[in-house]
Amino acid sequence: MIKPLISISEAGPGDAGRTGSWRVMRPILDTAVCIPSKRGKEACFTCWLYCPDGVISRTVPPTIDLEYCKGCGICAEECPAKAIKMVTESGEED
Amino acid sequence: MDIIESGNNAAALGVLRAKAQVIAAYPITPQTPLTEKLSEFVAAGEMQAEYIPVESEHSAMAVCIAASSTGARAFTATSANGLLYMHEQVCWAAGARLPLVMCVVNRGLGAPWTVWNDHQDSMTQRDTGWIQLYCNDHQQIIDTTIKAFHLAETVSIPVMVCFDGYLLSHTYMPFDLPEQDVVDEFLPSFKPAVYLDPKKPVSLNTVTMPESRLNIHGQQAGGYMEIRNSFQQDLRASLDCWQATDERYQKLTGRGGNPFIESYRTDDADTVAVALGSLSYQLRDVIDSLRAEGLKVGVASLGIYRPFPDDAVRQAFKNVKRLLVFEKALSLGYEGPLCTDLRAALSLMDKAPVIGNRIVGLGGREIETEQLAENLRQFCRADKPATAPSWIGLRDLGA
Repeated sequence: MIKPLISISEAGPGDAGRTGSWRVMRPILDTAVCIPSKRGKEACFTCWLYCPDGVISRTVPPTIDLEYCKGCGICAEECPAKAIKMVTESGEED
Repeated sequence: MDIIESGNNAAALGVLRAKAQVIAAYPITPQTPLTEKLSEFVAAGEMQAEYIPVESEHSAMAVCIAASSTGARAFTATSANGLLYMHEQVCWAAGARLPLVMCVVNRGLGAPWTVWNDHQDSMTQRDTGWIQLYCNDHQQIIDTTIKAFHLAETVSIPVMVCFDGYLLSHTYMPFDLPEQDVVDEFLPSFKPAVYLDPKKPVSLNTVTMPESRLNIHGQQAGGYMEIRNSFQQDLRASLDCWQATDERYQKLTGRGGNPFIESYRTDDADTVAVALGSLSYQLRDVIDSLRAEGLKVGVASLGIYRPFPDDAVRQAFKNVKRLLVFEKALSLGYEGPLCTDLRAALSLMDKAPVIGNRIVGLGGREIETEQLAENLRQFCRADKPATAPSWIGLRDLGA
């Protein structure tokens, strides 16, 4: 039986290379507003769940791996506490 | 067991024997009775399969792709404009390397609307990456359908089994229905090399960048070019696999031995007629009558069209001086597609034969045996036979 060569992706950061260079907008997490950061214990993690690239850690506080984050902004959109802001790479708010 | 059945039912019985697990189809003439028969088998409990009626051919192929991605043995069938509507998913199934089998019950394409037989439908899918097999009679339909699953699963490439609408699909002929234990031995249950497993989640056929990339383990993964190149190499290797599949089937049933080219009275022939499908058997009558006139003629049909059996073609026609290719299809704006492929393959020989092309039977136009004979006779006798395609059976519409 021939084993075909096809394109297969496993869940995890970096499957399409160092995609951080694609980013136009950068997510900034405000730990004073973020639910697990504020409470100091595991909670919420909506950003971790929604991140399509798996680059947000399930930790207190959550961290965003900018080596791979494409800057899609889904985390900022989904955060119930509005703790994540998207800013341009030069640092201005959108 | 010898039975008398229609060509469509021969294909359905092949799928029954092959124990397909998922069948998804949408009705279209002349394929409809084939999948109706399969739905009867499933409804009667004779077949342990999921029969999924869908709202279109595009969805039929999408269901088969999904089923096959989980490792199920999947089947569909269609014709003509249904096949065209499916085209995007047909290409996907091939690139995804899924071992599907699909019967294409050959019918002409609209416009103008036609439901009758020619080969234009499967010919438009020539470059999708599917393996294409062509059947000449009912026995070949059931045997080829069963063999198609074995070939598809060996090479992880989908296989199209093509046979003539009405001429084969709706006519009844005697043929041998292989016993279930024989087919089980020929075609055991299988697990594909790659399939979706909830215990080890992956995404299949994800986007590739123009350049090859590292995967999450830091290994170099195939880019688009590497994946297509590997596909092409595996398709070329499928020719040998098809021969092996045919030999395996022959050992168990006694039938086979001509996986690439089936020849009739070609041994000492100067001129050979070439055709796909049932037309090649009609041409046998022509060959017999022209032999009686003293012409050294024969006929050959190709059992596999993609991957193109170019080595077998060069071997089969190495001593032939003239070839006349009768085709029920046309690369519009040029000539018959089989003719083009034969010209290309044979041009590599030291003494390439002169190749002529006749377009016949489009949209089910009756192909009269005497017209075939007259064309082949003239082609044999001409000092310099014309090589441009000409049409047989056109009616004079007056001025």
